[in-house]
Amino acid sequence: MSIPNAKLQTPRSGSRKPETASRRPEVGSLSLFPLLLLIAMGMFAYAPFMILNAPYEATMGLVQKIFYFHVGAAIAMFVAAFTCGIASAIFLFGRRPGADRVAFAAAEITVMLGLIVLISGPLWARKAWGVWWQWDARLTSTLVMWLVFQSYLLLRRFGGPGSEKLSAAVGLFGSALVPFVYWSVNLWRTVHPTTNVVPTLAPSMRGPFLWCVLAFLFLFVLLMTLRVELEKRRTRLDDLYLALED
Amino acid sequence: MTFLATAARVARKDLLVESRSREVVYTSLLFAISCMLVFAFGLVKEGRVVTDATAAILWITIAFAGTLALGRIFDRERQNETLRALLLAPASRAAIYVGKLVGVLTLLLLVEAIVVPLVMVMFGATLFRHPAFMLGILLAGSLGYAAVGTLFAAMLARSRSRAALLPVLLYPITVPVIIGGVRGTAALLQPEADLVVARAWLTMLVAFDAVFITLCLWTFEPAMTE
Repeated sequence: MSIPNAKLQTPRSGSRKPETASRRPEVGSLSLFPLLLLIAMGMFAYAPFMILNAPYEATMGLVQKIFYFHVGAAIAMFVAAFTCGIASAIFLFGRRPGADRVAFAAAEITVMLGLIVLISGPLWARKAWGVWWQWDARLTSTLVMWLVFQSYLLLRRFGGPGSEKLSAAVGLFGSALVPFVYWSVNLWRTVHPTTNVVPTLAPSMRGPFLWCVLAFLFLFVLLMTLRVELEKRRTRLDDLYLALED
Repeated sequence: MTFLATAARVARKDLLVESRSREVVYTSLLFAISCMLVFAFGLVKEGRVVTDATAAILWITIAFAGTLALGRIFDRERQNETLRALLLAPASRAAIYVGKLVGVLTLLLLVEAIVVPLVMVMFGATLFRHPAFMLGILLAGSLGYAAVGTLFAAMLARSRSRAALLPVLLYPITVPVIIGGVRGTAALLQPEADLVVARAWLTMLVAFDAVFITLCLWTFEPAMTE
């Protein structure tokens, strides 16, 4: 997903840079982007080897290895949802258009990471529980949160003018669900493993796990820089069209 | 004018307009009844309703009828261009929100006052064996639903595709309230009413109400400025 975008962005920022930098200071450069891309790609390329070398879990064996990507993506999803909520609050109360762009980008990434979580989870559940889906508190609340952020994106696309503020409110409500989703496994009796799993992880599994979490967080930062920059340029382009018409 | 006086005046205005046309109450009530009819076809087997389905039918009907009422109440404001006048008034936005919420909640409770007995009669459910619990769950659930609904319907009032967007936004966000309502009611409807579970869900509903109303009061002001 990130590679075609990168190809599309790099020549533009390269050839237009002097003009952009002198006349429109608000449009940033993507100079950090190649470095971030390299780190994220490197981490994701090495992750399978780390997971392969990690020990097999006693009862679940091979299927347990989904855990590394599933939980990694879930943690990054929580971070993205929080980013969206905080940026939405800043936009609502501080009237900073920049915060709105961050919230929009974060909401998109929340939906994408949520999709990874919601696909990798059932793959494991089929082997561990014998069913793809179980209507328990953690699964249901994750699906609800994912739907809230989906509706955020829907609103951005079809809401028409003035929908930024409305979607900021949706973002705020969506991120208010994050603690609820996180604690749901401890509040109710669920089939989903509790939050105890991560702190009590075997030392030999902890390394690969932290590596995957970091890889997903890097992916989040990488996509955020790209997406926010894209939004900035889109706004800038709209401003220029308006200026041309005047 | 004090906060409460403003809120009371906004609510009084809404209820006065409604009492003259009775449009929202009549349409949402008829809609709620047709909703029940549709559910009855799907969920009644050999003359008996499926276990726990009564609680679900009750709450889904309330949620659907509520969406209809919310849409109409704010459509009315938009058609007469009164929303702008309301927002221009030198009153605190939070007070306007509370006034609107009281109006919406009153209408929703009016609809429930007829739907709940109807559910009891048509599905043979004895809802009020523990009246305090049932009333508490109904009130807390409706309050949470109306609180979020009022905020989003108000913000969507000027949006292009509001009729389609309101349910899409409202249902995922109010799902905790619907779950609490359904589970709490289902616990009360068991042959031997499970009061511990009912109390747990009632507490949960009150907690959600507190979170939702705080968030709504907080966001209504900045979200409604042009």
